[in-house]
Amino acid sequence: MVGIVGYGAYIPKYRIKVESIAAQWGANAESYKKGLMVEEKSVPAPDQDTITMAVEATRRALQRAEIDPRKIGAVYVGSESHPYAVKPSGTTLAEAIGATPDIHCADYEFACKAGTEAMFVALQLVKAGEMDYALAVGADTSQGAPGDALEYTASAGAAAFIMGKTDVIAVCEHTYSYMTDTPDFWRREHQFYPQHGGRFTGEPAYFKHINNCGKTLLEKAGLTPQDFAFAVFHQPNGKFPLRVGKMLGFSKEQLAQGLLCPKIGNTYSGSSPLGLTAILDVAKPGDLVFMVSYGSGAGSDGFIWRITDQIDKVRDKAPKTWDIIQGDKVYLDYGLYAKFRHKILKNV
Amino acid sequence: MSVSKYWREIPHRYRLEAGKCKQCGKIYFPGRLICPECGGREFDTIQLKREGKLLTYTIIHVGPSRFADQVPYVVGIVELQDGVRLLCQVADCDLDRLQIGLPVKIEFRRISEEGEAGIIHYGYKCVPV
Ligand SMILES: [Zn+2]
Repeated sequence: MVGIVGYGAYIPKYRIKVESIAAQWGANAESYKKGLMVEEKSVPAPDQDTITMAVEATRRALQRAEIDPRKIGAVYVGSESHPYAVKPSGTTLAEAIGATPDIHCADYEFACKAGTEAMFVALQLVKAGEMDYALAVGADTSQGAPGDALEYTASAGAAAFIMGKTDVIAVCEHTYSYMTDTPDFWRREHQFYPQHGGRFTGEPAYFKHINNCGKTLLEKAGLTPQDFAFAVFHQPNGKFPLRVGKMLGFSKEQLAQGLLCPKIGNTYSGSSPLGLTAILDVAKPGDLVFMVSYGSGAGSDGFIWRITDQIDKVRDKAPKTWDIIQGDKVYLDYGLYAKFRHKILKNV
Repeated sequence: MSVSKYWREIPHRYRLEAGKCKQCGKIYFPGRLICPECGGREFDTIQLKREGKLLTYTIIHVGPSRFADQVPYVVGIVELQDGVRLLCQVADCDLDRLQIGLPVKIEFRRISEEGEAGIIHYGYKCVPV
């Protein structure tokens, strides 16, 4: 039985409301709020990035797993905002938690599904018997161009999972991945902001991949949506996951606990992984959890998790995701937000 | 800061590694070669506790060039639960919330960077609990 032995979430305390962004660009806040189903998004402090948030989320995962970090055999960080173009994020993370030097390290990239890629590989390595534990992190500090629809959602957060085979809290019962070459969203080297195909990002991209991944995953497992207590999908906005959930046969109620986007925005590689942490915070032993990520380019990773009795011993050992979201927060105006996100170019 | 100096300091900057004198038990952060207290030369490597309280602080309004964009920012002395005191920035804190005795915890943050093209210096700061 291979699965998650510890998990941790990190979300910066800064937020900006849709109203503050819309006011800057003369846009109608209500139509964005309704259209995207997003109220506010998280913003990283100037001294935070993918690496710092990955470290904090991992410390929380270690608090829950209560294992010696030196037993971790692999560290994988998935992100589209690695701080360096060349130099891995995983080396700093592994050094910060004291997991070096007997460890395999790689950074993953695949737009918003880099986090679940890391989870997928970490799981398989433990399953293959190559190591006792493997660490997978999805973390991003994503940028949307000023005034672009993406600016209302691109946010920051990190989720970390330690995979193992003893004292597992969520067993990974099935996985399935679905991938095609679909240019719905991209960023060329040296470009600061990404570009996207507008409406093209919907049907042939997000919906097609999650739907096909989800359907095959259900078939593979011989299960129906009604068998699951919770479901979580990638959340580029609040609306898409509800719609794709409905297409697959999942109800709003099954999605509610893991649907974080309306309150924190799209955390990219952290998106469905953070949703999973919120579900683990409340899931009961025996519950089944359905998870499908999405990364532009494009592909989806699907997982079916079965919660074990161990969950009750573990979840209170670190901060819970909805408590972090609803806890201490600071709202930024657009000017300070632009400064925090380096959208203002200074004369050097 | 040179790359080699930064690299040498990784254990204490990233993991709060300290040296505990095997003879008298005094903790040094960062570690030392000889204990000034008892002359001991053998130390255990320990990791400091990550929770503590703010002992004192100052608000910097005119910072050195590398920190100029951060003003006003706060630098304080934190006493960690194991009694060790360290100097660090206080992040994510409203200035009017600052007070002596404020419960804080250590978080991993960016401290500075060598311009746009150089290395990024990571390390510890404290944040209000
Ligand atoms: Zn001594």
